[in-house]
Amino acid sequence: MVRFIFRRFAGMLVTMFFVSIMVFSIMELPPGDYADRYAYRKFSGASIGQVTEADLRNIRHKFGLDRPWYQRYFSWIWGIASRFDFGPAFAFETSVNRVIGQRLWLSLAIMFSTLIVTYMISIPIGIYAAVHRHSIADYSLTVFSYLGLALPNFLLGLVLLYIAVTVFGSSVGGFFSPGLDKAPWSFAKAVDLLKHLFVPAVVLAWSATALQAQTMRATMLDEINKLSVTTARARGLPEWKLLLKYPARLAINPVAGSIGFDINRIFSDLPIVALVLGLPELGELLIKSYLDLDMYVAGAILLLITFIIIFLNFLSDILLAVLDPRIKLEGG
Amino acid sequence: MTTSTKIPQEIGTVAVTAEESEKALRYYSATQWQLMWWRFKHHRVALAAGSVLVFMAFLGLFAGFLAPYAGVIRDRECLLGPPQMPRFWDENGFSLRPFVHGVKTERHPVTLRLVPTTDTSVRRYIHFFVHSDSYKLLGLFETDLHLFGVEDGFIHLFGTDEMGRDLFSRLLFATGTSLSIGVLGVLISFVLALIIGGVAGYSGGWVDYGIQRFTEIVRVVPAIPLYMGLAAAFPREWSTEQVYFAMTLILGLVGWPTLARRIRGALLSLRNENYVIAARLAGAGAYRIISRHLLPAFASYIIVDLVISFPYMILSETALSFVGLGLRPPAMSWGVLLQGAQNIRTIQQALWLFIPAAFVVIAVLAFTVLGDGVRDAADPYTVSRA
Repeated sequence: MVRFIFRRFAGMLVTMFFVSIMVFSIMELPPGDYADRYAYRKFSGASIGQVTEADLRNIRHKFGLDRPWYQRYFSWIWGIASRFDFGPAFAFETSVNRVIGQRLWLSLAIMFSTLIVTYMISIPIGIYAAVHRHSIADYSLTVFSYLGLALPNFLLGLVLLYIAVTVFGSSVGGFFSPGLDKAPWSFAKAVDLLKHLFVPAVVLAWSATALQAQTMRATMLDEINKLSVTTARARGLPEWKLLLKYPARLAINPVAGSIGFDINRIFSDLPIVALVLGLPELGELLIKSYLDLDMYVAGAILLLITFIIIFLNFLSDILLAVLDPRIKLEGG
Repeated sequence: MTTSTKIPQEIGTVAVTAEESEKALRYYSATQWQLMWWRFKHHRVALAAGSVLVFMAFLGLFAGFLAPYAGVIRDRECLLGPPQMPRFWDENGFSLRPFVHGVKTERHPVTLRLVPTTDTSVRRYIHFFVHSDSYKLLGLFETDLHLFGVEDGFIHLFGTDEMGRDLFSRLLFATGTSLSIGVLGVLISFVLALIIGGVAGYSGGWVDYGIQRFTEIVRVVPAIPLYMGLAAAFPREWSTEQVYFAMTLILGLVGWPTLARRIRGALLSLRNENYVIAARLAGAGAYRIISRHLLPAFASYIIVDLVISFPYMILSETALSFVGLGLRPPAMSWGVLLQGAQNIRTIQQALWLFIPAAFVVIAVLAFTVLGDGVRDAADPYTVSRA
């Protein structure tokens, strides 16, 4: 077991290293550097003074933009690895760490609530549909799963916003009610946050729920005819008890096994959903910094969410190995 | 596992009618593709989905002819105008020629905003095969013939956006762009997947290991943020065409890891088949083995995967263009049109700006259903004989 964990951990570090190179090359991709964009902004706006070549050289030197790319890469990655310093955020004229700040925790809160919503809905629905095969509930699950794929969740977010504004006359966007925005943390504020997390979580869970419910239903159908179930039934075990004890216990494994995939998809969809719903979290900032070409902020966010995904994958792999003894402890 | 028509298992030992043996002969001598098509024909829903897609492709291809206006024409009298229904009668009586009512702009008494209102005293009659803005049909023939139009003023079947551009026309052009970008994206990702997955699956060993690890690393980065990063790097001065082709490249990058994995898996399981080993022992080269023996064996699976990857292409394009990191405004695609509906206040005023979303949903749904149908048809283990 220790060997298994160690190998997985080493594999995780290697993946992180290559991902960081990939992210860095995306940061380098847009033509020109910060100094060029600074000059452009000063030039296009009605600015006070002219920008000279010497100014540009100073900016480049100050931020180390005049060094070759590999030196910049290593100082960037070293800053992150040694003191969690993601470098300067040019457009905000501060550090990336400060810009990201509590947005990270809000993103994580959305992710966890989305996961909870996904499994809370999909597992019971999947079991129910498998037990009541060819019932109305079963067919509506099929229709729902097609819709889950076809209606992209940012459009679902827009639809919900529209309904909320026209029917209930309130907005569902944002994380906190207006008054509590700047207030210090308290029980009331936490409850308020939970209320506001519900809509984004449902929107993000939309397609995953449909997919997972289908998976759950399919595996349940495979398991439900096994001899162990018949034996348990013959033993006189109540139906709900035996369903939960044998087929559901086994059917949860593939669903739980795809948790890494779900986390990846949540972070993939999050930016656009956050933009639509007006949630000030990492993904929304990511889109904004892409549009402003503030590549240090964008790169930091992309790296951060990918590292979170890799780390959670690592955790879930170990958890699965503990949960399911049939998984062979190999690979790295 | 049902047999829809009874086919005698051993012809000769069982007395068969002439018609039945004819059928059996047809069945046993059919090619793989004929069998697939026969099975596919029985999947009614998939057939319907296919027709919807063909219809959409038709709309996109002949957008210039079907749309009454070029996508950039502005009707300054009618900003955020509601959809107009063609009608045959109103309080002034019946008319054999369909018409729409005129539009005039009035200032709203409270908000003082200019609001387009229907002017029932004016009738604009719809004429067919009219000459107006010139365009290139299929990008080849310069012409100015349009399917329909009105003589003076404008007709807006789906309303207008906030710049007064006809949503119906723009949607037709957008359909062409979005579908074609999906097709090109799928093709590019297919070629990439075929090369990368093919090399990995055919050579095996450390090459396979390296490519596998690389694919894993690409897959672990969340897709849409990654491709937004690539799209953010498009220089601002690029023309519409350059952005369009760059977008197809990016969408090609979206799709390849999944496809490559499937191709690799199929190749790995096939390369140890007896007939492949026989071909190798007979001295056939790698190219011949891949193209003559391996490709035909899993071509049907590849087609299924291609159809299934369409929805992701279309959704990715829509998502990227929607936030402003994909195609840019002079270009028209579903995502670009939906940019107008990003703002909740605009949607409240003009719900028709949401019509492009319906097209996205229908297209994705149709591709998904079609993919299911093709998969069922391509699966050699279903014994539904036509």
